Amino acid sequence: MLKQEEGSQAVAHAVAMCRPEVICAYPISPQTHIVEGLSDRVRRGDLSPCEFVSVESEFAAMSVAIGASAAGARAYTATASQGLLYMAEALYNASGLGLPIVMTVANRAIGAPINIWNDHSDSMSQRDSGWIQLYAESNQEALDLHVQAFKLAEELSLPVMVCVDGFILTHAFERVDLPAQEQVDAFLPAFEPRQMLDPADPVTIGAMVGPEAYFEVKYLMHAKQLDALDRIPRIASEFEEAFGRSSGGLVRGYRTEDAETIVVALGSVLGTIEDVVDELREQGVKIGALGIKCFRPYPLDEVRAALARAGRVIVLEKAWAIGVGGIVGQNVRLALSGLPVSVHDVIAGLGGRPITKRSLRALFADALADRLGPLSFLDLKRDVVERELERQTAGGRPGPHAENILKELGVVAARSH
Amino acid sequence: MPHQQIKFYQAGSFVAGNRLLPPEERSVQARMDRSNSLTSGHRACQGCGEALGARYVLDAAMRATEGKLIAANATGCLEVFSTPYPESSWRLPWIHSLFGNAPAVGTGVAAALRAKGREDVRVIAQGGDGGTVDIGFACLSGLFERGDDVLYVCYDNEAYMNTGVQRSGATPPAARTSTTKPVGPEPGNAFGQGKNVPLIAMAHEIPYVATATVAELRDLEYKVERAMEIRGPRYIHVFVPCPFGWGSASRDTIRLARLVKETGLFPVFEAVNGEVVGVSKIRRPVPVEEYLKLQRRYAHLFGDDPRDDVIARLQELADRNIRRFGLLTDAPESAGLPGHAGDAADAPPAGVEGESNLMRMLAETHRGAQ
Amino acid sequence: MSSKPFAITLDVGSSLANKTGSWRTERAVYVDRMPPCNHACPAGENIQGWLYEAEEGGDGYERAWRRLVEDNPFPAIMGRVCYHPCESACNRGQLDEAVGIHSVERFLGDEAIRRGWRLERAAEPSGKRVLVVGAGPSGLSAAYHLARLGHDVTIHESGPMAGGMMRFGIPRYRLPRDVLDAEVQRILDLGVRLELDKKVTDVESAMREGGFDAAFLAVGAHLSKRAYIPAGESAHVLDAVSLLRSMEEGEPPRLGRRVAVYGGGNTAMDVARTARRLGAEEAVVVYRRTRERMPAHDFEVEEAEEEGVLMRWLSTIKEAGDGRIVVERMQLDESGFPQPTGELEELEADSVVLALGQDTDLSLLDGVSGIEVEDGVVKVGPDMMTGHEGIFAGGDMVPDERTVTVGVGHGKRAARHIDGWLRAAPYDPGPRPELASFDMLNTWYYADAPRTEQPMLEAARRQGTFDEVVAGLDDANALFEARRCLSCGNCFSCDNCYGVCPDNAVLKLGEPGERYAIDLDYCKGCGICVAECPSGAIRMEPETI
Repeated sequence: MLKQEEGSQAVAHAVAMCRPEVICAYPISPQTHIVEGLSDRVRRGDLSPCEFVSVESEFAAMSVAIGASAAGARAYTATASQGLLYMAEALYNASGLGLPIVMTVANRAIGAPINIWNDHSDSMSQRDSGWIQLYAESNQEALDLHVQAFKLAEELSLPVMVCVDGFILTHAFERVDLPAQEQVDAFLPAFEPRQMLDPADPVTIGAMVGPEAYFEVKYLMHAKQLDALDRIPRIASEFEEAFGRSSGGLVRGYRTEDAETIVVALGSVLGTIEDVVDELREQGVKIGALGIKCFRPYPLDEVRAALARAGRVIVLEKAWAIGVGGIVGQNVRLALSGLPVSVHDVIAGLGGRPITKRSLRALFADALADRLGPLSFLDLKRDVVERELERQTAGGRPGPHAENILKELGVVAARSH
Repeated sequence: MPHQQIKFYQAGSFVAGNRLLPPEERSVQARMDRSNSLTSGHRACQGCGEALGARYVLDAAMRATEGKLIAANATGCLEVFSTPYPESSWRLPWIHSLFGNAPAVGTGVAAALRAKGREDVRVIAQGGDGGTVDIGFACLSGLFERGDDVLYVCYDNEAYMNTGVQRSGATPPAARTSTTKPVGPEPGNAFGQGKNVPLIAMAHEIPYVATATVAELRDLEYKVERAMEIRGPRYIHVFVPCPFGWGSASRDTIRLARLVKETGLFPVFEAVNGEVVGVSKIRRPVPVEEYLKLQRRYAHLFGDDPRDDVIARLQELADRNIRRFGLLTDAPESAGLPGHAGDAADAPPAGVEGESNLMRMLAETHRGAQ
Repeated sequence: MSSKPFAITLDVGSSLANKTGSWRTERAVYVDRMPPCNHACPAGENIQGWLYEAEEGGDGYERAWRRLVEDNPFPAIMGRVCYHPCESACNRGQLDEAVGIHSVERFLGDEAIRRGWRLERAAEPSGKRVLVVGAGPSGLSAAYHLARLGHDVTIHESGPMAGGMMRFGIPRYRLPRDVLDAEVQRILDLGVRLELDKKVTDVESAMREGGFDAAFLAVGAHLSKRAYIPAGESAHVLDAVSLLRSMEEGEPPRLGRRVAVYGGGNTAMDVARTARRLGAEEAVVVYRRTRERMPAHDFEVEEAEEEGVLMRWLSTIKEAGDGRIVVERMQLDESGFPQPTGELEELEADSVVLALGQDTDLSLLDGVSGIEVEDGVVKVGPDMMTGHEGIFAGGDMVPDERTVTVGVGHGKRAARHIDGWLRAAPYDPGPRPELASFDMLNTWYYADAPRTEQPMLEAARRQGTFDEVVAGLDDANALFEARRCLSCGNCFSCDNCYGVCPDNAVLKLGEPGERYAIDLDYCKGCGICVAECPSGAIRMEPETI
């Protein structure tokens, strides 16, 4: 059913169609609309049987999901930003225990400074938590990925994080095709837990494991993630067969066939990039784009194959490893090791700073002119940081950068002390 | 000739079994078919009160639920000594997730069971004092507030034993721990109100709150059974001595649990919907020294440079409990405890014909006055 | 299981593979210690053992009685006349009050009489014949045990009735004669022959004539000790033995309005109380020392005083006659001996009864080789045999306390040794187990329960009657009293050890009474079971590795 729908509501619809039995929710923007939508369905009885648990923290949200999943229920939660960090310990636990929980991360920046707007700092910080990470490009894909995520999670007995750009997707109204219950039911089989807390067949879940076996447990998690690299494309094609549209998969190339320059990105920014790619293609520039749909497990071979013939790769990413550089960029370099490809990390869009076509045009022009270094910062206000850095060099007690910068920008009135 | 009523059974209900009682009125622990929810081969220290308390609680709950029970366990001694790969000492479905999330995991299990229409299966979440009063406290409060159908059991040994005896929010004043050593001007843990989770649980007005010790098995089993008759959040706080952390003899574990109640330092009571409905009276009153001097964690209060002043302050704490909960007298001084009902512990004597009435008496003991 | 996640998910109960018993440096061991009551019982009763049965009530009473009579054939008598040293030793006395063992014993004895419980001979006939001389407590006890051991027993009793001092020394208000008769008859029913009015004057010839293989002598001490008291012709001076004996045979003597009893033992009390019952308005006990030094038991003195018996301490009788006596006041010297003060006083007394102790008539041993006599009594070995092979002796005629219970104990011990001697397989009781002292108990576990006092015949009624003074317990009270037993040193199936082991290393072997075992695979040696055993029936022992 086609409908003009808010991204969050589209996700809520998809999740509801997957018949989760336990949903735990703690409010944090910009994820709130999703669980609000689910709460309505549970309260109205449209989603039943389902327990909607309003927990007291994200840590509890993930913990309730762990308990529910271990007891054999399909469990779902959603979070963002600080909330994801607050549940970090439980994320590792869920993946370590192999519990197929599905969670939406409405991507948002991490404080301090506190900031509610979109970037990928949150999910990137948990890239090694053992969860599968899928990144949605559009609201339709966000919706579709959730349906695929439950199937993937339960096949592998691993938790899956569906990353959806906060506000940009969650709060945007777009036309989406909402799947019907019968379609989802046909696609997603009932949850058959690999391990379960059951008085009829008691087991001990969550043993303490020492040096004699910990390593092997971790290796087995790795092996499962590698297994996912086969399953994700298969599930995406099964999805396409069932629903008639392509969504998900590991990577998706856009006009990369003869591209000398390829722009790599995750999530919704790909749409903007593709618009600029189209413009440049019209100008005869051999440029393309590569969307990484699944960042964990990392589809090393697929990325290498997609980029191997490009001489230049620009990695545009909404998070970074401070003190080093791009995170996705590092992974891309790993995929291209030994190949004569120059990789340029570009950090962009942090804390919700818009990534405009204009800026991208300028960026790509620089790249094509070989003016782009290995690490650059899109639309960073150089003058502001320069002045602040100068002030520090001048000595004295500079105080917090953030406040100084805000003062500089006139956002915070100067105060007398 | 006046008829002397039989109101006791040699060892009454103090011992685990007592052949003079009908089998069905003996404790769960006296039964050959008890579930041994925590079985042999676990790696708890010699004389571990927590191992004992956990088996007492879970066996009683297993019996009450006819084996339909799932346990969620916080990180801590109980978890570590019971489940080192590849051996588990548990004989019921059991999950360990994290240190601070056992209540929430319990909630999740309960939610799953509800969604699956398996509410005949009941849930216990459990942890030590660190996992309960400190790191797991938010999750515990959330569990209480939401009204989830979970019995939470805290095995309180008054410090972080698993990590080497560091102070917790449940460590009593003056006690030596690795982080409150008897050095400096105020040796041992500081005096303060501490964190009294049973009273905090009562403030949530949950259906059932009780305290117990491993020294009073029948009382503990009664409370677990009663808790399993109730739906919604329930909390039982069990005092479990730790020979390792307290520097006590392994054989003294139950003795210490007995003494802590008899001194008044640890009031044993139960509360329904936020109101105290029964207390376990002190049977043989003793000064706090009797309890303290058996433990090296209080050794700095005795010896060459005795701290009678500190002991007196601890005695004051005990005396306050005695007044507040009415542990000795029939009527408490109602020092701010909601709904306290006085002389619940004075069970009526039963006649010879009342031999089968012991459990009823026990129940009355706990029900107390309205 | 293979589909379950590796190392994350484990099989339940798999820790049984981990034998934590290897941690142990000490192990718990079940023991049976000697309860202080048993230890103190002159008759060697397994008091804790029969109380254990009695605690169950109902059928348990008969089991208790049968267990009791393995050591003592006189529960109904013992429950009345024994001075119960068991109760003085009882650990419960340190908790609240000693268990009223004697009253439960009496209850069981009375139940046995009321219900007609009978005894069987336990063993095959041995073909051996044993002569018992004297049908007092010791002789009857020996005869009883010997009969149960399979021997052919004949008692020669010089008097007209069986019972000895139980009949001729103990007043009927303390021991009704129907009770005595019933318990004696039960022994005779075992096939023991009793020949009355048959005085043995020469034991060796009696044995020869009767073809006896062994003899047990228990002739008692029936000769009253005399003291020289200058007495006028009109003085009425009697001895206690004669007086008490005359209560049983023939006409009781006339004692007059005022009776002085000279002596401070239990017999003196019996005489004074008997005098009151015979109508004396005043019975005064004259004793040369203080009450504290009096050999009579406290309760006897108390009961006598309640009945109006007067006591005159620190006094000796200097003279008697003409309805009066002269007493001299005494004073204790530094070593506690009474010394005369020369202060004299006259008291009215129509008669004087001497209760100064008794001597034994040992003439039947004249000329028997190997017999050693010292202080008027016959020396015996630990096996109760005299210096003459095959002749054993017990009761008041050997050096020991002179009580019914001691005599009964002698009889039992002698019987077991005679049996061993006859079978050429000496009886070895084995070493005595360690005493279960109070500090070995964990008294927390015992319910608080004050002693059940036996109802007493009101004092006013007592003076004119020989009715029994102390009434028995009824069923409920007996049960209550039995259940006050702490079972010192012996398992009473409370399941505590089974319950309190943090390692589930105590195995429960079955129904109550079938006891427990330590599972050494898992016992870490913490000692909680020992500390929490109410009765001190478990001990820690070092591991020897």
